[in-house]
Amino acid sequence: MVLGLIGLVFGFLSVPSTVEEASEILASHEEHHSSGEEASHEEANFVDEVRQEHGYSEHAMAQDKDLGHDAHEDGEHMEHVLHQMQAKPWSAAFVAAFFFMMIALGTLVFYAIQTAAQAGWSPVLFRVMEGITNYLLPGSVIVLLIVIFAGEHFYPWQNHELVAEDSILQEKSGYLNFPFWLIRGIIYIIGWNLYRHFARKNSLAMDDAEDLKPYKNLFKYSVYFLAFFIVTESTMAWDWFMSMTPHWYSTLFAWYIFASIIVSAVTVIAIVTVSLKAIGKLDFVNDSHLHDLAKFMFGFSVFWTYLWFGQFMLIWYANIPEEVTYFILRIQEYNPIFFGMIIINFVFPIVILMNSDFKRVSWFVVIAGVIILVGHYIDIFLLVMPSTVGPYWSFGITEFAALLFFLGLFILMVGMGLAKVSLRPKNNPFLVESEHFHY
Amino acid sequence: MASGNVLHVLYNDDDILMKAVKELRSKHYRIIEVYTPFPVHGLDKAMGLPHTRLAICSFIYGLIGLSVATLMMNFIMIEDWPRNIGGKPSFSYLQNMPAFVPIMFELTVFFAAHLMVITFYMRSRIWPFKKAENPDVRTTDDHFLIEVDAADHDLDTLSKFLYDTGASEISLIHNEEHA
Repeated sequence: MVLGLIGLVFGFLSVPSTVEEASEILASHEEHHSSGEEASHEEANFVDEVRQEHGYSEHAMAQDKDLGHDAHEDGEHMEHVLHQMQAKPWSAAFVAAFFFMMIALGTLVFYAIQTAAQAGWSPVLFRVMEGITNYLLPGSVIVLLIVIFAGEHFYPWQNHELVAEDSILQEKSGYLNFPFWLIRGIIYIIGWNLYRHFARKNSLAMDDAEDLKPYKNLFKYSVYFLAFFIVTESTMAWDWFMSMTPHWYSTLFAWYIFASIIVSAVTVIAIVTVSLKAIGKLDFVNDSHLHDLAKFMFGFSVFWTYLWFGQFMLIWYANIPEEVTYFILRIQEYNPIFFGMIIINFVFPIVILMNSDFKRVSWFVVIAGVIILVGHYIDIFLLVMPSTVGPYWSFGITEFAALLFFLGLFILMVGMGLAKVSLRPKNNPFLVESEHFHY
Repeated sequence: MASGNVLHVLYNDDDILMKAVKELRSKHYRIIEVYTPFPVHGLDKAMGLPHTRLAICSFIYGLIGLSVATLMMNFIMIEDWPRNIGGKPSFSYLQNMPAFVPIMFELTVFFAAHLMVITFYMRSRIWPFKKAENPDVRTTDDHFLIEVDAADHDLDTLSKFLYDTGASEISLIHNEEHA
């Protein structure tokens, strides 16, 4: 309860400060509108010049980024640059919004896995997980609104003039058209939030239940949700991320995003658990539970690397122009964070979390967790930014404000979710086993 | 092995076994060995066995595997016979590294796994065609056996104590050749 209050206060403190900043987002948005045209002229020439040296990538990028437009014709190119700059605040908001939404979503999935698998170790953490998923409803609605209103800023296939000139996009329009895309988005968030609603309801009902009915319901819903999720997660990844570059595709993509989602979620569960335990709210959680969470952090970090590399290596090896643009853009324009991200997301967890004893030291897990979260924020940043703003990226006030805003909202909602009920579940058939869990 | 007599104490449940092991240790009786049909979780801690060092071995073996893979691919693909595969840079290991990652990964796992298993066998003194060491064949089925060093304890009090811990059967083994 007390933590909920702390979360509330902290949430309120950080929200107002970012509301001001949010207006700055808009202000900077306006600035880009006006100054974009003059300022970017030099820049554009410079980029062209640099690209001349890499004939291959220039060709490849022209195909990818400009989607058939002639990039060298000054007027149209400028239009394109302006377009990318306009997309920047949208992207900044989307990156942060999705990052926190995916944490809530991933936690929900992790929770569903635990219930569906009838895991014996985790029921003591169920209230923590439910608290985190409290952010899912506002988070997913905001994300959906952002992708809807960003429209052409994100998704070139929504531009009818472009599609009219592009036979590839015309062929894809059976799937990539606005009404169907919108309906899919709505189905996703309705499905996810329905599960969250019923899971929470049955989990709370379990506290007063005489029989196992709520437990059985929860189990049933979890199974259905997991089946629903694995499909919607894939299409969500295609709809919201891959279709930003509608010519490019990768069959591994959805899995790779899922890896990012789940590792961030487990990390946040671990961090929230440690902080709740530190203020004495989770005395029944012992360091073996923490150890297991840290094992998941370690394991999913490696899993993420595996998928990331699986995607990278095949594209790198085949070197087909329409595929390799994705990485050329990221390596040329985002070099330090592109490779930095791999170090943060792979080398760090490997080194830090390898040792079994370190996984039981709470501050160690928190440090590792923060590093992993930073790494996966960059991962989402790299999913979105290169596709929307191209080379005109930066990490400035807009990105930071968006991050703060959604962090504040996240902490607020999670705090509210945690504060409402006792953190100690009752009557879960596996609770006793979980409390005595030792490794 | 023990110079004196040994008691073979049989149990038929792993929870009772765990409890018995803890009680035996709290009374400072010496447990020579415990035989179980399956790994009992937490038994090593209850017996006070030192933490396994197999993990450290496996890490070192993994590093060896990684180095072997790196050196091997560097020699085969870069130094000895650079080959142009799909226009990939063939004169620099670093630039061609992504192509070698699967091999590096596989050999790391291969070395770690195989050497670890071999180490485990050597450390446990197991080799092909070795005669089984378990004192009672029922420990390979559904019974659990604790070997307790009888030393100079009073056998009656000891066996009473052992029955109190839930033992289903106790037999006194006079000092034989324990392998």
